[in-house]
Amino acid sequence: MALDVAGLRKNYAGNEVVAGLSFAVEPGTCFGLLGPNGAGKTTTLRLCLGLTAPDAGEIRLAGRPIPAEAQVARAKVGVVPQFDNLDPDFSCAENLLVFGRYFGLKDADVRRRIPALLDFASLANKAEARIATLSGGMKRRLTLARALVADPDIVFLDEPTTGLDPQARHLIWERLKQLKAAGKTLILTTHFMDEAERLCDRLIVIDHGRKIAEGSPRELIATHIEAQVIEVFDESSGRLPEFTENHRHLAARVELSGDTAFFYCREPQPLLAALAGADGLRYLHRASNLEDVFIKLTGRELRD
Amino acid sequence: MNRPGFFPVWQRNFLVWKKLALPSILGNLADPLIYMLGLGYGLGAMLPEIGGQPYIAFLAAGTICASTMNAATFEALYSSFSRMHVQKTWDAILNTPLGLTDVVAGELLWATTKSFFSGCAILVVVTAMGLTNGPLALLILPAIVLTGLAFAALGLIWNALAPSYDFFMYYFTLLITPMTLISGVFFPTDQLPGWLAAIGGWLPLAQGVALIRPLLAGHWPADALIHIMALLATSAVAFAIALRLTRRRLLK
Repeated sequence: MALDVAGLRKNYAGNEVVAGLSFAVEPGTCFGLLGPNGAGKTTTLRLCLGLTAPDAGEIRLAGRPIPAEAQVARAKVGVVPQFDNLDPDFSCAENLLVFGRYFGLKDADVRRRIPALLDFASLANKAEARIATLSGGMKRRLTLARALVADPDIVFLDEPTTGLDPQARHLIWERLKQLKAAGKTLILTTHFMDEAERLCDRLIVIDHGRKIAEGSPRELIATHIEAQVIEVFDESSGRLPEFTENHRHLAARVELSGDTAFFYCREPQPLLAALAGADGLRYLHRASNLEDVFIKLTGRELRD
Repeated sequence: MNRPGFFPVWQRNFLVWKKLALPSILGNLADPLIYMLGLGYGLGAMLPEIGGQPYIAFLAAGTICASTMNAATFEALYSSFSRMHVQKTWDAILNTPLGLTDVVAGELLWATTKSFFSGCAILVVVTAMGLTNGPLALLILPAIVLTGLAFAALGLIWNALAPSYDFFMYYFTLLITPMTLISGVFFPTDQLPGWLAAIGGWLPLAQGVALIRPLLAGHWPADALIHIMALLATSAVAFAIALRLTRRRLLK
């Protein structure tokens, strides 16, 4: 296993942030760690990297016990942190050079790798550019290139596309797929469900430090939720509550959120027929996705 | 060949400094020199000789020490803090095979290096003014390193405790400034009440002064070994405390 975690626990001031977490990541796969804000994702990553000691449980990263041999294990690991911490005093190329030194690499070896790394990050013409002149997407890509400087087997990514525009996100996804095709293990936290659905072979959903679901995105959708969703919106007609009450029996499950009703159905036709004749309501019929599973598992209330 | 883990951390800071080396040296040099020349010649003209040397020569030794202390302290407080807390450079390094000991040791040695540049710059000017006496002055160089090391280590303790930059002002007003006044930088400590002079004699700045002033005057310092050991012990203990506090802060 690239990463093997068993019975992991971590308390902060009596608050159990990670509460008995177990999972395993097979080499060469993309593994997702999903959960709402405060679910314990970042703490779990820090534990796995040996940056904080667990109160209980066992971790093996790249075959090494963590935190005992964390520094040895991290030689084969790259990390893309949630917040960019590129060196603002250096150019893009210097950032890679200086980071390579932290891995004990020779300057000549890193310099040889820099063009390919910048190319991978689509920053080939930015070698001498200062960090302050880069866009958010460019910084993320450089951070990804920096994580690859020592050619790691395992790459940790903590919310790699948060705050990026769609173009920048798609480019990052493209690159992550390339890494997976090259045989790297990716361990990813995100709260974008479309991102997890696209990239992850397997994922776990955690909440309050506990694992509440595990599987491939397809498995999770098949196990936890009805295949189809019809979202019905009230166009200020005020008819939604009444409509929902009268047609609740046509869906397996109905959820109300503000001016939208979510009808989770196995057989959508009767409800669609009813909607065709309903004035003042708009609707969207779609296949259910990972976000529906996530909301079902973790609830609709805000977490912040 | 296996390089020690602190080296790339030191090297990173050196690379940043190199980009701005000249203004940095001139900036570090200007302030202490103005004080030394102003007080040394202006005030010194009204003063008798101190221990057989003119006031400017007395003050020159004190200025080398105070300048070294200030450079080490400033680097270990403001600059280390911005790397640790603002830029999150330390977090980035901790994701690599390096550990916290490497990071803090690299910062310690870098702050020492920078204070060495500062102390040396003053020494060069002092030498050009003809205030050195013979080859013993060369031993001022390792004495600057020891003084810088102790203050770098002490500064890193305060850095580990700091919630923000404002916190550093207390370190200067409560520790550094009083220490400068009772360690024999500007005037001999026998001008002080006995108890205050006794406290002053224990402070790390006074240890540096006790080494550097005689060396500048051209003779071997009394109790040299005691002062050297005191500075080394201060450095070692302060570093151990700083490392522990930083670990509690960053790796909890």
